[in-house]
Amino acid sequence: MSLAKRIIPCLDVDAGRVVKGVRFVDIRDAGDPVEVARRYDEQGADEITFLDITASSDERDTMIHVVEAVASQVFIPLTVGGGIRTLDDIRRLLNAGADKISVNTAAVNDRGLVNAASGRFGSQCIVVAIDAKRMDNAIPYWEVFTHGGRKPTGINVIEWATEMARRGAGEILLTSMDRDGTRDGFDLELTRAVSEAVSIPVIASGGAGTLEHLAEAVIKGKADAVLAASIFHFGDYTVQEAKSMMKQYNIEVRL
Amino acid sequence: MATVVVLDYGTSNLRSVAKALEFIADKKHQVIVSDKPEQILAADRVVFPGQGAIGQCMTSIKQKGLDEVIRKCINTKPFLGICLGLQSLMDESDEDGGTKGLGIIPGRVIRFRDNVKDEHGCICKIPHMGWNQVYQQNTHALWKGIENGTRFYFVHSYYVQPENENDIAARTDYASQFTSAAACDNIFATQFHPEKSQKAGLTLLKNFLSWKV
Repeated sequence: MSLAKRIIPCLDVDAGRVVKGVRFVDIRDAGDPVEVARRYDEQGADEITFLDITASSDERDTMIHVVEAVASQVFIPLTVGGGIRTLDDIRRLLNAGADKISVNTAAVNDRGLVNAASGRFGSQCIVVAIDAKRMDNAIPYWEVFTHGGRKPTGINVIEWATEMARRGAGEILLTSMDRDGTRDGFDLELTRAVSEAVSIPVIASGGAGTLEHLAEAVIKGKADAVLAASIFHFGDYTVQEAKSMMKQYNIEVRL
Repeated sequence: MATVVVLDYGTSNLRSVAKALEFIADKKHQVIVSDKPEQILAADRVVFPGQGAIGQCMTSIKQKGLDEVIRKCINTKPFLGICLGLQSLMDESDEDGGTKGLGIIPGRVIRFRDNVKDEHGCICKIPHMGWNQVYQQNTHALWKGIENGTRFYFVHSYYVQPENENDIAARTDYASQFTSAAACDNIFATQFHPEKSQKAGLTLLKNFLSWKV
């Protein structure tokens, strides 16, 4: 059993530029997606995720160019999420060189989208992103939110994850809204509940503040991969350091 | 100039394979993506990539008449299959309610079993997705400069079971041990994705371009 647990840096991209301050000291242009992706590739990132936060739809096409540029320089899997609505959006991103795409709001609005997309492009490239909010602390219950966490749906996260897996999702990207941005660590109970409920891989996201948090997400949260942004972007830790730490916990990693 | 052609049968994401080849190709090699039989037959090397479901893959190959082209190529020039490009070479796959393959390498394609636990008591998730160790079973020009046990990137739910032990070029552990690469004559085919496997993957692709059959 030597499949490595993956570490995935996530980059927010707005109109073709990396935003939310990547602060590598020795990088020439911290806003250039190719440069940032290349840096993470060198550090040993197992995959890279781009989240397109471009608000205006006329600038959406810039993401296609970003993917094309990165995919001709960086040879690890690339996932793109944010604003993907139709099969045609998916096709264009895959053709540009994305290996996987993630859908969130669109999957809630049209439950058949995941069936159609996995049927056409294969489950392996369809990631369902879930923004989960803890609703009751006494009896654990999490609700799915859409529209960047603004809109409640009334859908139970565990049921949603199970349904998406059944409809053909290849992977779940699970973000705890309660922990996102706090650096207090992942919601381990949530991660574990979802990971044990589905037979597809689960990526834990939201709350990473230390390297121990990443290890916890795997050991206690049963995550197959961990996604983190700020702890890597601000240069607090490198991906390499994260992997060395995980190895100390006897977690299989690609070194 | 030597040409390496990436088979385009319309369903797969070929761009990443072509991009990786372009990245490592020297000035002597030209990379083309094509579905035209005459262009494929004229190429010096052939790459057969693949992702997705095998049923649709085999249907498009046949529709485009590429099955006969592949048969001709595998006898005459270096041929690299990737993922479905490996699985399609077998006799038959269990996927999509049973799909007949090209029957070039004897054996079947089967699915990982559900609910198999690893040594930590965790269920082995399907698809098998991520970086896993590849244990070489033969000495081959394509392994040159790649350490035994190096990790490559995988994403698949089905795997090949060649009938002849000699056709197995690599094995990997997941749920149980499975064949992660096959080789015979001028065919080399991998279950993993060299185009997404960083340095090791690029080394393998480079080895393919200089492989003399």
